[in-house]
Amino acid sequence: MTVIARAAEITRRYGDALALDRVTLDIRAGEIVGLLGPNGAGKSTLINLFVGLRRPTSGTVTLFGGSPQDPAMRRRIGMTPQETGLPETLRVGEIIDFVSAHFPEPCDKDELLARFGLSDLIKRQVGGLSGGQKRRLAVALAFTGNPELVFLDEPTTGLDVESRRSLWDGIASFHEEGGTVLVTSHYIEEIEALARRVVVVGHGRVLADDTMESVRGIVGVRRVSFTADLPDPEGLPGVLGAERAGDGRISLVTTDPDRLVVELVTGGTPFTGLEIKPTTLEEAFLAITSKEAAHV
Amino acid sequence: MSSLVVAHTRYLMIEQIRVPIGLLASALFPSLSMVVFVVPMAGDHAQAATMASASMMFFGATSGALIGLSIAVAMEREQPWNPYLRTLPAGPFPRFTGRMVSTLAVMLASVVPVLLVAALLTEATITPLRLLAGLGALVVCGIPFMLMGLFLGYVLTSKAVVAVSQLLFFPLAILGGLLLPPAHLPDFIAVVSPYTPTRGAAELLWAVTAGTSPDVVSVVMLAVWTVVAAVAAGWAYRRDEGRRFS
Repeated sequence: MTVIARAAEITRRYGDALALDRVTLDIRAGEIVGLLGPNGAGKSTLINLFVGLRRPTSGTVTLFGGSPQDPAMRRRIGMTPQETGLPETLRVGEIIDFVSAHFPEPCDKDELLARFGLSDLIKRQVGGLSGGQKRRLAVALAFTGNPELVFLDEPTTGLDVESRRSLWDGIASFHEEGGTVLVTSHYIEEIEALARRVVVVGHGRVLADDTMESVRGIVGVRRVSFTADLPDPEGLPGVLGAERAGDGRISLVTTDPDRLVVELVTGGTPFTGLEIKPTTLEEAFLAITSKEAAHV
Repeated sequence: MSSLVVAHTRYLMIEQIRVPIGLLASALFPSLSMVVFVVPMAGDHAQAATMASASMMFFGATSGALIGLSIAVAMEREQPWNPYLRTLPAGPFPRFTGRMVSTLAVMLASVVPVLLVAALLTEATITPLRLLAGLGALVVCGIPFMLMGLFLGYVLTSKAVVAVSQLLFFPLAILGGLLLPPAHLPDFIAVVSPYTPTRGAAELLWAVTAGTSPDVVSVVMLAVWTVVAAVAAGWAYRRDEGRRFS
């Protein structure tokens, strides 16, 4: 498949802070790439580089073989604005017209409005829309110019289940017609529903770039905690990260809690208050990140 | 390209019209001043009334250019909508032009009430040709004030710009003789007056509308101010770009 957007060895600093650290990522025509990572991981910076809002400190970003700073290349992409910033006084139809004016072959307006459930709202001022309606309008704007590649940054944050489903259907049908999508999310469920390829970023690095199934395996980690006098809990099998609280309680993050508990029991060290809990996505990311750091 | 300019201008005009308070603000004060001061004091004297009307029109128009534009730009910079616009396939030109054209429209609209008061309640006289020339001069003389508005808008936050633009504009209007004719200005103000951009603009407007002969120093100073404001606005724009989008 042809690569339509490429980030090659890009590093981006904001002053002293390192937002992206030698990231390489190819987006190929026709795929849906899910970009997953906690806040501050570098997701938004990566998208800003692809859409030409920022330039990398080093490395190169190409869009359809050209520079993202070139408006001609940006004619082939679409992006969601943050719904909090939509111009309040304009009507829904007027905003769509305004954005359409930038593209040579924009979508049919009525068809676009219908696709995102906005047909009844065409005459409404944006300031009077609900949060969910604004969100749908923001996503619709990404598709207004009939793009080949869309960047969707947290497309369904704040939406109810039903709107979320219909938005996912919309994205899936765009993909079936040959469209390419880069979608970011905090929620693994969202990425799971849409993408086959998942890129996990953390601390400005690409931690994993793989199929949904294998990333799901990494992310399915558990937190096992207990109180024991154990000198080296990191040495237990499958432990990704360990913490020891002041009261002697040990907290371990692992992909295989069953095996860990078996090891613990057969090891013979007495322990009390065993707990096994699912981790949040955030914790799982931290586990991957620390594992990554350990390898380096 | 031109269709993009139209799209941006249309969008900014709709915003102006739907929140008409900015338009009202720049038209209200000068027309009130006309009724309260100019009509009773100079209303019977044709040349004085004409000059005062020109001053008031320019006062309203420049407050739109300087205060209105600087606030609009500063607020726009703070909205997340602004970076989204930059992802659309267009350079800064359509946006910039749209901003200028819609500000010009506000300037011209704010002139209308003053014109009506002058025509109906005073002895101010003008030929259609002089009126047209006066409006032309008003637009041209408004340019340095638009550039100052852009400079402030790109340098300051929206909160700061509300105060700073007014702190800058009202003294300039008084020093330049827009509120009180130069002959009535106290000596210490009369000394600095010719060096303010407002005075140069007023001199030109009076010359075009009431047939006075303009003060050369003031007109030259207006040209100097225009160049300075253009350089400052360009610098502020690039500085802001570099800060947020490099």
